[in-house]
Amino acid sequence: MRRKDRAVTREAIRLRGRVQGVGMRPFVFGLAERLGLVGFVRNDAEGVAIEVEGTAVEAFAAALRAEAPPLARIDALERRPLRSRGGDGFVIAPSGEGGRAATSIPADAATCDACLDDLFDPASRFYLYPFVTCTHCGPRFTITRAVPYDRSNTAMDGFALCPECDRAYRDPRDRRFHAEPIACPVCGPRLSHPVAEIVAALSAGRIVAVKGIGGFHLMCDALNEQSVAELRRRKAREAKPFAVMIANAVSLDRFAVPEAAHRDLIATPARPIVLMPLRPNILAPSVAPNLSRVGFLLPYAPLHHLIFHELAGRPQDRAWRNRALSVALVATSANPGGEPLAVEDDDARRRLAGIADLIVTHDRPILVRADDSVMAVAAAKPVFLRRARGFVPDPIDLGADGPCVLGVGAHLKATVTLTRGREAFVSQHIGDLDTVETVRFYHETVAHLSRVLDVTPDLIACDGHSDYGSTRYAEAFDRPLLRVQHHAAHLAAIAAEHQHRGPLLGVALDGHGRGDDGGNWGGEMMIVAGATWRRIGHLRPLALLGGDRAAREPWRMAVAALYALGRLDAVPALFPEIPLAAALAARVVAAPTTTSLGRLFDAASALLGLRTHQDYEGQAAMELEALVTAPRRLEGGFVLTGDTLDFTPLLAALAAPGIDCRAGAELFHGTLIAGLAAWIAGAASRQEMDCVALGGGCLMNCVLADGLAAALQERGLKPLLARAVPCNDGGLSLGQAAMARAWAAGSDS
Amino acid sequence: MTHGAGGRAMAQLIEAIFQPALANDFLGQGNDQAVMPLPRSGRLAMSTDGYVVSPLFFPGGDIGSLAVHGTINDIAMSGAVPLYLSVSLIIEEGFPLADLDRIAQSMGAASRAAGVPVVTGDTKVVERGKADGLFISTAGVGVVPPGLVLSGDRARPGDRVVLSGSIGDHGIAILSSRENLEFETAILSDSVALHDLVAAMVAAAGPHLRLMRDPTRGGVAATLNEIAHQSGVGIVIEEGTIPVKSQVIAACDLLGIDPLTVANEGKLIAVVDPAGAGSLLAAMRAHPLGGEAALIGTVVEDDRHFVQMRTAFGGGRIVDWLAGEQLPRIC
Ligand SMILES: [Fe+3]
Ligand SMILES: [Mg+2]
Ligand SMILES: [Zn+2]
Ligand SMILES: [Zn+2]
Repeated sequence: MRRKDRAVTREAIRLRGRVQGVGMRPFVFGLAERLGLVGFVRNDAEGVAIEVEGTAVEAFAAALRAEAPPLARIDALERRPLRSRGGDGFVIAPSGEGGRAATSIPADAATCDACLDDLFDPASRFYLYPFVTCTHCGPRFTITRAVPYDRSNTAMDGFALCPECDRAYRDPRDRRFHAEPIACPVCGPRLSHPVAEIVAALSAGRIVAVKGIGGFHLMCDALNEQSVAELRRRKAREAKPFAVMIANAVSLDRFAVPEAAHRDLIATPARPIVLMPLRPNILAPSVAPNLSRVGFLLPYAPLHHLIFHELAGRPQDRAWRNRALSVALVATSANPGGEPLAVEDDDARRRLAGIADLIVTHDRPILVRADDSVMAVAAAKPVFLRRARGFVPDPIDLGADGPCVLGVGAHLKATVTLTRGREAFVSQHIGDLDTVETVRFYHETVAHLSRVLDVTPDLIACDGHSDYGSTRYAEAFDRPLLRVQHHAAHLAAIAAEHQHRGPLLGVALDGHGRGDDGGNWGGEMMIVAGATWRRIGHLRPLALLGGDRAAREPWRMAVAALYALGRLDAVPALFPEIPLAAALAARVVAAPTTTSLGRLFDAASALLGLRTHQDYEGQAAMELEALVTAPRRLEGGFVLTGDTLDFTPLLAALAAPGIDCRAGAELFHGTLIAGLAAWIAGAASRQEMDCVALGGGCLMNCVLADGLAAALQERGLKPLLARAVPCNDGGLSLGQAAMARAWAAGSDS
Repeated sequence: MTHGAGGRAMAQLIEAIFQPALANDFLGQGNDQAVMPLPRSGRLAMSTDGYVVSPLFFPGGDIGSLAVHGTINDIAMSGAVPLYLSVSLIIEEGFPLADLDRIAQSMGAASRAAGVPVVTGDTKVVERGKADGLFISTAGVGVVPPGLVLSGDRARPGDRVVLSGSIGDHGIAILSSRENLEFETAILSDSVALHDLVAAMVAAAGPHLRLMRDPTRGGVAATLNEIAHQSGVGIVIEEGTIPVKSQVIAACDLLGIDPLTVANEGKLIAVVDPAGAGSLLAAMRAHPLGGEAALIGTVVEDDRHFVQMRTAFGGGRIVDWLAGEQLPRIC
């Protein structure tokens, strides 16, 4: 019997997904040559088109998926038999024209192992060259101004290829075939300072600004308390934690107590900052005051590797890359308080002059700014706290076609989302729309995203809060506008990424959003369905004393809690150093109220005497979480009255004199989890639904997210968490966009 | 007060209250209109405004004096010399006569102090529930001196922004009486007529003045945004240059509001070309109503017409134009 793959067959194969700009064509070329197939491969508007003929077509198709280049993501592989027509050899054909581009620019990726081999190989022409890159790695999104993704549309257009680079660029057998950012010491960008000088400064305890991929970092020795404290002083950043870059994954255990999931995540080509438990007493205390989790990241640009190489004493062997090193660098975005990341050299020199002792730049411009992404592990899987470099502009599959819409996001942690076909493109983290620079960055981001996706939105969706900067932006458009309640959008984002069809039960555990009734919401149970939402329950309201001030000053929420407990008499004793406390207590009766869970965290923190004022958003809640080893439930700590969940008994326990703050933090978390789970389970059974979306910024708290997800699973429910975008306001634009698409579908029919 | 059936009796009572309180020759003519001589030169400025305020009596003033000052100021912001006012009152049936008398006296005193007579007026009594106590509507006319052109669209990049004194007093006075806030020293409304200060400013820097505005509702934030949009420019103000009384800061802290968004009734913002800024500031500081006058910022080129506050740190925080109640934005 003849084996099937001995017969000559011909097939057309179509690849969709992230298949351009990732080395797919040379990979296909090499594979076809290896298997002795003839035919061609080419890029076109839909992805990659292949025709192959020979006796090993089956093996070819299998290897396409199994051996695809590291940065490729094949979403669909479609095969169609053709009549054989022979031919000699396999070619890479010129890109096909026609149709609106359905592909996009790849995300930035960390330097690959093969390039690291070149970087530290004295025989390589890329030896110690800080811009070494290939088709499997390097900057992409941040150096691209327009589509198609060709060198002429990137920041490399000013660098003419030298003969050797030109040869590599044209050779399909070379790892740098069509690697748009390809460069070498002869023809490519140059660094402003020798690596030895950078490392000398760092070792001497200085603060160095380093131009990276999506912006500048401020770096200093993370083991040197004096340096870190000085950086805090110069940046006027009192306590917000700094991220720490370490040499490699094997060094992680010197500084942290990672789980397997943390280890996997930190080494992905996107190289996010990953929050994980800190090993105590190793890093300088000022790196992350009062916190038990710190964000770590690995080097992702050749320059980072060169810095660690130099810090390690310029080892000559190859093995140093896998040796644990005890050096660690603070690597924090170089943005003066609240402003977006500096990207331009002149701007950086001007803005960072008072902060950095040394400013290291290079002559490859950053065209699109992108902060480091920040991730954590919740309920055993990765979650985003901030989604930017390494992930943007990878789309999120919505599972169905629809019109092009724009979700404009929130006011803080703003992102925007544009949809095209069945895909949603969530922008990089933009920031808080409180400064002119950030608002300009926001405008640029919408323009850039529209340009590279080649779309203009038919519909717009914004928040229900009319004083959000994003809402103002949306109102200025001449397009139909859907206003989506803040928490409905949080839940719709989760429904969208999980491609959940039909009504979905969810709870939004959040800081603040404007309610449909104009009130201050933030602990809401809802059913979202298409473009509609219905609030079916909420936390028992507490007084909200002084609007946004209450979010900055947790003592105000403690006053509100004491009022709820009928214990206003305890206010002066609890806050003797706050003269306003008595005055505030006197007007608590008339104050507006809030159902926010975020503010309940603030109340708990202040009642336990942990924090009366916050230096950064979420500080009180993060410090409270840091005290928890094992959450414990307070019997009778919550009351369920109809659809209202009331934690007053828990607050009473926290307000009891002499309570230990660790014990208090564990009681608080344990009782929250128990109360929320009981509340949700009741509603789920009444609504006859078993999927529950858990959204809102409070779920950045891993104790809460882990505990609540586990408690719901124990009750036979299926919790859905935000995985593709942050659970905080950074994910809001996706939910808005999903609602707008459902709105369009509804108004069509 | 039981004049329900006797509308006529009521009208007479009201007349008996207001006539003497506001008395002047024009009002005394007793006609349905006032007839006044035409000014010899200049252009006519006219303005009208309705006053609804709760409470009607607040520390440092009441609705009566406020109605007089507000309209005088709106006229004065054009650089005009205010000449005459009219007043119209909508009174809810059952409104205490004693309160009406206090308000009439206060209007009369304000008008006499300002030297701007109420030359014609009208009162209407409406059924209970049709008005919240008392509404006042005033109108006024004045004369802009020849050659002086002040207008909201005249700010140009490079111009300086001047504020006449400490901000937030009126709004906080109202809020603290409304919400029973108690402070060691009471905060008084700054309600006052500004036309005399304006005259001094025009005399000192007339040709250099671009525009003037009184930052009433929405405060300095709203007024600067209006100017930026009307003139198609940006404005940068410097943190720390804006005078605010410590009690006002304390009250704003307590309530969680930004003093820049709080109403004033006796302050003005002027935009002046840099050549006139020095003499303008000197003239203002020499005047009793401008002792705390300060240079607070600069007009800049900006296609998006941002108003921003430059902090000591060098950042530019957007000074927003809020739609309504100050709902939190921190999530
Ligand atoms: Fe939120
Ligand atoms: Mg007015
Ligand atoms: Zn590479
Ligand atoms: Zn080269």
